[in-house]
Amino acid sequence: MSKIFQHLVSSAVPVPIENIDTDQIIPARFLKATTREGFGENLFRDWRYNPDNTPKADFVMNNPVYSGQILVGGKNFGCGSSREHAAWAIADAGFKVVVSSFFADIFKNNALNTFILPVQVSEGFLDRIFKAIEADPKAQLEVDLENQFIKIVSTGEKEDFDINQYKKTCLLNGYDDIDYLLSLRKEIEQYETTRTYNF
Amino acid sequence: MGKTLFDKIWDSHIVVSKPGHPDAVYINTHFIHEVTSPQAFDGLRKRGIPVFRPAKTRATADHNVPTLHQDQPIKEALSRHQVEMLTKNTAEFGVELYGLGHRFQGIVHVIGPELGITLPGMTIVCGDSHTSTHGAFGAVAFGIGTSEVEQVLATQCILQYKPKRMKIEVNGQLGKGVLSKDIILYIISKISASGATGYFVEYAGEAIRSLSMEARMTICNMSIEMGARGGLIAPDETTFDYIKGREFAPKGADWDKSLEYWKTLYSDSDAEFDKVLTFDAADIEPQITYGTNPGMGMGVTRHIPALDQLDEKERPSFKKSLEYMDLQPGAELLGKKIDYVFIGSCTNSRIEDLRLVADFVKGKHKADDVVVWIVPGSKQVEAQAMEEGIDKIFAEAGFQLREPGCSACLAMNEDKVPAGMYCISTSNRNFEGRQGPNARTFLASPLTAAAAAITGKVTDVRELLVNS
Repeated sequence: MSKIFQHLVSSAVPVPIENIDTDQIIPARFLKATTREGFGENLFRDWRYNPDNTPKADFVMNNPVYSGQILVGGKNFGCGSSREHAAWAIADAGFKVVVSSFFADIFKNNALNTFILPVQVSEGFLDRIFKAIEADPKAQLEVDLENQFIKIVSTGEKEDFDINQYKKTCLLNGYDDIDYLLSLRKEIEQYETTRTYNF
Repeated sequence: MGKTLFDKIWDSHIVVSKPGHPDAVYINTHFIHEVTSPQAFDGLRKRGIPVFRPAKTRATADHNVPTLHQDQPIKEALSRHQVEMLTKNTAEFGVELYGLGHRFQGIVHVIGPELGITLPGMTIVCGDSHTSTHGAFGAVAFGIGTSEVEQVLATQCILQYKPKRMKIEVNGQLGKGVLSKDIILYIISKISASGATGYFVEYAGEAIRSLSMEARMTICNMSIEMGARGGLIAPDETTFDYIKGREFAPKGADWDKSLEYWKTLYSDSDAEFDKVLTFDAADIEPQITYGTNPGMGMGVTRHIPALDQLDEKERPSFKKSLEYMDLQPGAELLGKKIDYVFIGSCTNSRIEDLRLVADFVKGKHKADDVVVWIVPGSKQVEAQAMEEGIDKIFAEAGFQLREPGCSACLAMNEDKVPAGMYCISTSNRNFEGRQGPNARTFLASPLTAAAAAITGKVTDVRELLVNS
């Protein structure tokens, strides 16, 4: 998967449900792999497939009308388990951006560490995105990281989003946290000499 | 101005704090398990770097292990491979492992405290969201993703933005039959599954103070279920008494020095919190959840909210949830027939939980159609239960005492509740499919679960306590 994210114009896949937890994104029984790849086929497994593995016709990912590299979810997206496999599954299924009006903390970190951009918008704007997709499943969204905005292309409606500057730099350039932490080795060793307690 | 307990610990662990950057925070103890660590070790291999401080990481196998016949090879190939990878990775990188068959093996959040590894004032992380459990000791403990596991293995540090501070006070005394599990389910039902997102919570007040360490762990464990980064409780004599003499706890002069430091770990009286919530313990009755997130809970005698009690925007998700549960808005749960009872998980699988259940069920027998699984949190809990004869009480009651692991809390192994069945569970999550595809979960305390095991239906345990 690409480590760089800068700008994207794409249609989106809407899942207008609140509190989408990471057990829905990738159920625990699919966490047995020891690599980061291949989780995409089980993304939203139990919403997407019947117990006999036939696709559930009413789930958005099984409707060919919907496609794109942007996943749009309801409030409190990614709550629950800390499994980074949820972010890997989303990336593996081809998404580069997740839009919601509220993200759970750990998921947000995991997404950024997987080079997926979590875009937090107001509840009003989230509603407008869902409505735009309802009106036209091919409705395009534009996401610009450098200028920190998301736009509904057809209507021109636009909203700015927040991202911390460090993570923005990482995504724009494909840097990861370990590169930065490894560069702090001297400071870490110095810190260890100042600790008074045996732990 | 004074500092909160959280600030005291966080600030003393900052290695580098640069404007515009998250803090580089030093980690005292890192726990790992088989599910969220293999990709992190792979990352180290790809970079060609070692584990920076291997003695500060401890490993156990818990999420994906069978809870029967642990002395035999794991049957399921993928699970066996994952557990074998943990053995291989820990050996290659010099990390101590309490694997299957080891006398210290168990659920990572049960063994850390019981071995005296978890101590006040520590920063603790693990690739598991219930790492917040260790906050019961006055530690800053939180769950992380696998990329962050790799960061800690590589540098003993993690990059984090400092969360905001919330204080939750629970005043007064708990009623009969009300446990710490009920306190935390009650709080989550009041503030929702996202009510503390962005915050680190300190629990305080008389009702919290009067709890045992194990009961405090249950509270801190579920901090993540309201979105909090973590939750902690200032250490006190109860904490120190619990730690003293444990396997890896400081001894001798080390103990005295540690104790002196631990006694400085409290929020100053003039410390400011970003948010303060206050609850009265007397308002809390035994709790039960009815929906598919831990915020959808209520007193066991109450009715599920009717649609017109909800905001219009909340209704679609609420309806979807009740459809999954096959329950009606406005209905009550008392008397609802259940099929399974699961007593276990990092929330409620400690020796006190098992003692409480054993005391309650002694001389009683489970209802005919109910399957009851008791899964101890660790080998040590299991051994203690046998020493006290608790295993015999369970056997006589028709309960199955299994071997330690996460088990039906997340159903990664074969401990799955069958589709459509109702399970009353002492675990922490009632998400769709959490206990098995299409399984339906009611979260509750060990006492409420035990009462349901005996009657075969959702029961107000207080009525049975009055009669006994």
